[in-house]
Amino acid sequence: MTPGMTPAVTARRRLPIGTALTYLSLIAAALVVLLPLLVVFLTSLKTSDEVAKGGALSLPRDWLNFANYATAFTDGHMLAAFGNTAFILVFSVGGTVIIGSMTAYAVDRFDFRAKKPVMALFLVATLVPGVTTQVATFQVVNGFGLVDTHWAPILLYMGTDIVSVYVFLQFIRSIPHSLDEAARLDGANAFTIYRKIIFPLLKPAIATVVIIKGITTYNDFYIPFLYLHSEDLGTISTSLFRFKGPFGAHWEAISAGAILVILPTLVVFLLLQRWIYNGFAQGATK
Amino acid sequence: MTDTPLPSSRTTPAVAAATPSTVRAGKRSNGSSGSSGSSGSSGSSGTGRTTGKSARARSWRDSPLRRATPWFFLAAPLALLITFTYVPVVSMIIYSFTDWDGVSPDREFTGVDNYVQIFTRPELFRVFFVSGYYLAASVLQIGVALYFATVLSFNLRFRNFFKGVLFFPYLINGVAIGFVFLYFFQDGGTLDSLLAWFGVSTEHAWLGDPTSANTSLAGVSVWRFTGLNFVLFLGAIQSVPGELYEAAQMDGAGKWQQFRHIIAPSIKPVLSLSVILAISGSLSVFEIPYIMTGGATGTSTFVIQTVKLAFQFNKTGLASAAAVVLLAIILLITWVQRRLVPDDKVDLV
Repeated sequence: MTPGMTPAVTARRRLPIGTALTYLSLIAAALVVLLPLLVVFLTSLKTSDEVAKGGALSLPRDWLNFANYATAFTDGHMLAAFGNTAFILVFSVGGTVIIGSMTAYAVDRFDFRAKKPVMALFLVATLVPGVTTQVATFQVVNGFGLVDTHWAPILLYMGTDIVSVYVFLQFIRSIPHSLDEAARLDGANAFTIYRKIIFPLLKPAIATVVIIKGITTYNDFYIPFLYLHSEDLGTISTSLFRFKGPFGAHWEAISAGAILVILPTLVVFLLLQRWIYNGFAQGATK
Repeated sequence: MTDTPLPSSRTTPAVAAATPSTVRAGKRSNGSSGSSGSSGSSGSSGTGRTTGKSARARSWRDSPLRRATPWFFLAAPLALLITFTYVPVVSMIIYSFTDWDGVSPDREFTGVDNYVQIFTRPELFRVFFVSGYYLAASVLQIGVALYFATVLSFNLRFRNFFKGVLFFPYLINGVAIGFVFLYFFQDGGTLDSLLAWFGVSTEHAWLGDPTSANTSLAGVSVWRFTGLNFVLFLGAIQSVPGELYEAAQMDGAGKWQQFRHIIAPSIKPVLSLSVILAISGSLSVFEIPYIMTGGATGTSTFVIQTVKLAFQFNKTGLASAAAVVLLAIILLITWVQRRLVPDDKVDLV
């Protein structure tokens, strides 16, 4: 560095090579992420003949060959799978929002003697990963006679979601208590305050929870795999998993199935990008 | 790793100009953007409540109905929490000392026999070593995520595009990812075709022997989970006030120095969270190996083995003991981590 040069100038001079390397690394990463997906997309458009003869990176002859999608959709029972997943999704996400916000409201707005122990129960539960207790949880669910019904995953998703309680708790603290007080003076009881004041004000937190919960529920494999054995109860994860059995070597059909499952996620992601990033950043650090 | 958190950067003029209270608020919750406001107000909420007290509110406050109210809201959440978390944990510990098969009404108390089996039967113990592959992978994963989070926190062209591309794998269905990579590693699949382009022809069956199978599967988990770490780091980095970088630049700090003294301290809490998630995640890997190999060729993990023991071989007692061991390891790691890096965000009450 020559003595007369200001740091700003040297910084600008040094930039090009550094920037080029930065972009190079970004492009490399993008290729690593996109290439496997792209190849599967290409495969999904090929005929079984093309898959057998051409390499994985060859292009399909007919770009509008959606026959594999039809196969995957009908033989993979995808319509039923999307229906089952939607049913579970609506109830478990709705339940999580109500349960989480009620817990947060009770804990943040009331002083009662058992408050610390109750919070400790929720806190300790965050340390127990669901996968470890499933052997015994299965017995509990079985005891209720809920195995192989939609209610097993719904109850499990609702009951074990502590992350959402934290998201709501963080948010509810920022709602001024004076709003509660004012409503109380107008004669509102605790339930009315929760329903008419707190719940509507929680909208941003609700959006966060709906997004995180929705995506994890849509993608979950472990719980539906353990609890939903009947084929007609299959969620998209388990239906896709089963689909591979009879189509073992037919990669064009399996690829179409995989793309069918990924597509809704891609659409939701593109539409809600900003909220999704924030949601995961908020949810995971709690 | 154990350098001082924010104070090292407090010497820069921009921070000196900021009020001490904002600096502290920022430090308390620098793990995530947006929560700084809420945790800041939690301190003042108590005073707001006492000043806004009226005679009518006070009388209501003392009524017995008031005391019962929180329980109306907590009944359902607590019932679910206890039924699906605490009852299983307790019963799992009980099962682990029996030879129960999960179905028959009678079970024999066998003491610590199950635990002895887990630690002495090599075929049961082996699954611990598989976690090693995933642990190594998560080191790579955190490093890569850290690099890209740092790079993308500065202004770049197509920044949002790269952000999206890096994060998207995390949102994809695990079964779909399993199939994508099954095809990727197939003979004559994506990877072989790519290598052939570069003149390397491999007759290697990627999922054919334990070492390369586990390495390949761990690679898939890097592909899948880097995005989450990346977004967490990015959030933490962006919660650092922009003036800090400007001030550092004016002081002549280069990119590395900015990383070392501004970015690194600000992401420390998230980094420690990622480390703990990585360790417990590496121990409880299930989806990808189960979907891709079914646990064959030495890729069986702790959870795959537990699921097989419990639901295929009806060895509920043994499976419970395995699960208790896994749970104990994860709790131990969490505890150690909390001791090493005190987490000042867990102030819930």
